[in-house]
Amino acid sequence: MADAYRLMQEQYVKILETYLQEKNETGLYQAQQFSKKVLENQISPEEVVSLHIEALEQFYPNLPQGARDSFDFLIEIMMGYGMAYREHQILRDKQKELESEINVAANMQQTFLPDEIPEMDELDIGVISVPASKMSGDYYHFIKDDNDSLGVAIADIIGKGVPAALCMSMIKYGMDSLPEQRLQPGALLENLNRVVEQNVASNMFITMMYGSYDPRVHHFYYSGAGHEPGLFYNYAEDRFEDLYAKGLVLGLDRDTKFREYHKKVEAGDFIVLLSDGVTECRTDEGFIEREELTRMIREYSHLSAQEIVNNVFYQLERLQGFRLRDDFSLIILRRKV
Amino acid sequence: MSVQSNVEVHSEWGIVSARQAGRNLAKELGFAGVDQARITTAISELARNIYLYAEKGEIVLEGIEGKEAGGVKRGLKIVAKDQGPGIKSIREVMEDGYTTSGGLGAGLPGVKRLMDEFDIDSITGEGTEITTIKWLR
Repeated sequence: MADAYRLMQEQYVKILETYLQEKNETGLYQAQQFSKKVLENQISPEEVVSLHIEALEQFYPNLPQGARDSFDFLIEIMMGYGMAYREHQILRDKQKELESEINVAANMQQTFLPDEIPEMDELDIGVISVPASKMSGDYYHFIKDDNDSLGVAIADIIGKGVPAALCMSMIKYGMDSLPEQRLQPGALLENLNRVVEQNVASNMFITMMYGSYDPRVHHFYYSGAGHEPGLFYNYAEDRFEDLYAKGLVLGLDRDTKFREYHKKVEAGDFIVLLSDGVTECRTDEGFIEREELTRMIREYSHLSAQEIVNNVFYQLERLQGFRLRDDFSLIILRRKV
Repeated sequence: MSVQSNVEVHSEWGIVSARQAGRNLAKELGFAGVDQARITTAISELARNIYLYAEKGEIVLEGIEGKEAGGVKRGLKIVAKDQGPGIKSIREVMEDGYTTSGGLGAGLPGVKRLMDEFDIDSITGEGTEITTIKWLR
C-alpha cells in the first residue's frame, strides 16, 4: 500500500511536470490514464489531493501559504469521498461473494428440474425453462406412472428470484412426496394445495397446471390452479384454442377443489403449457399478444417440439432486447402421427 | 510518552475541540497530512456519534508505543466513551452499508477503515466505549 503510493507519487510528479511545461492534450490524456491507475491501486481521493500538493511543493517551493493551506481544506472535503470509496470497494467484494453464493444455489436448483425429457413413442416433447436472473420461480416436472401415462406439471411462484426459488424447492418436495399412483390432476392439486397452504407464508402464491396424458386413448386430463392458460393446437383445423382450467391459486384456501378437464388429442395436435413469463414478455409497445405467440409457434410447427420451444424463446428474448423480465417456461407435447 | 488529553463532548464545540486536540497530537507525533486528516475524521465521526446518540461523553487521546518486528512503533490512540443508551446490535452497526443508509454518516465501519486497530464494547443502557489506534508508518 505504502509502496503503491510512493510509486504513484513518482509518476504523478513526472506527468504533472510534463503537462505544466507543455500544456497539451497528450498531458491530459496521461492524466486520464493515471486516474485508472490510481483506482487500480486503490488510492483514495484524499491521497490524490495529497499527491498533488506534494508535487506542487516540489515545483514551486515558494507556494503562497494560503494556497498550501487550501489543500488541507480540500483534503478534509475529500475525506467523505474517500470513506465512500472504501465502502464501495467493500460492498463490491461483498456483492461478488453473494453472487458466487447465488451461483451455487442456482446450480443446486437446476438439479430440482428433470435431467432429461421422457422419451415416448406417442409424444414429441419440447421444454425450455429460463430464469430471468439466476434463480427461477418456475418449476416443471414429468412423471410416468404405472400405466405409462405421462404426468406433466408446470408451476409459477408469484414473484421471482431467491424467495420464489426457495418456494419452488418446496413444490418439488411436495410433488415427490405425493403417492405415486395418484396422478389424477384434480386430486394432485388438492394435495399439493394443502402442502403449500401449511408451509408457505400467506403472502406467497403458486399457480400451477397439471396434466396427465394417457397414450393408450390419447386423452389429456388437466386441472389448473390459477395458472396462465395453455394452448391447444388442433392440427386438422389448423387452429389454436386456449387450454383453460379454472381453479384458485395454491396456498390460498386449504379446501380448494380443482375441476378436471380433458381433451381428446389427435395425431399432429399439440398441447402448449407456459408460465406467465412467456405471455408477459414486454416490448416497447407493451405486452405481446397471445396471437403473437401462436403465430410464432405456427411458424416453427414443422420443426420438432424442442426446436419449436427453442425458437419461440429466442424470438421472444430478442423482442425484449435479450433481457428477460420474468422467468420463462414453455412446454410442448405433440402427438406423433 | 505524551500525556493523554480528554475532551468532553456535549455540543458541536466539543466535536471541534476533539478534532483540534487530535490534529495537534497527530502533528506532534509526526503523522503526514493525509493521516492527520484521517485521524481527525475518525475523531470527528466518533465525537459526532456521542453528541447525536449519547448526548454526553468524552474523547480521550493518547500517544502510545507498541512493539513491532523491528523495534518500537508509535501511534495515536483514540478512546470514545459515553454513558448513552448503548448499541443494541453491534454486528448491525459494524456492517457496511447499514449506517450510511440510516443517516449515521460514515459510520463505524468507515472509522475502522481510517484507522489501524478498532475495538468496540457496548452495553445496552450503560454506554459505549470505542478504542481505535493509528500507527505511524
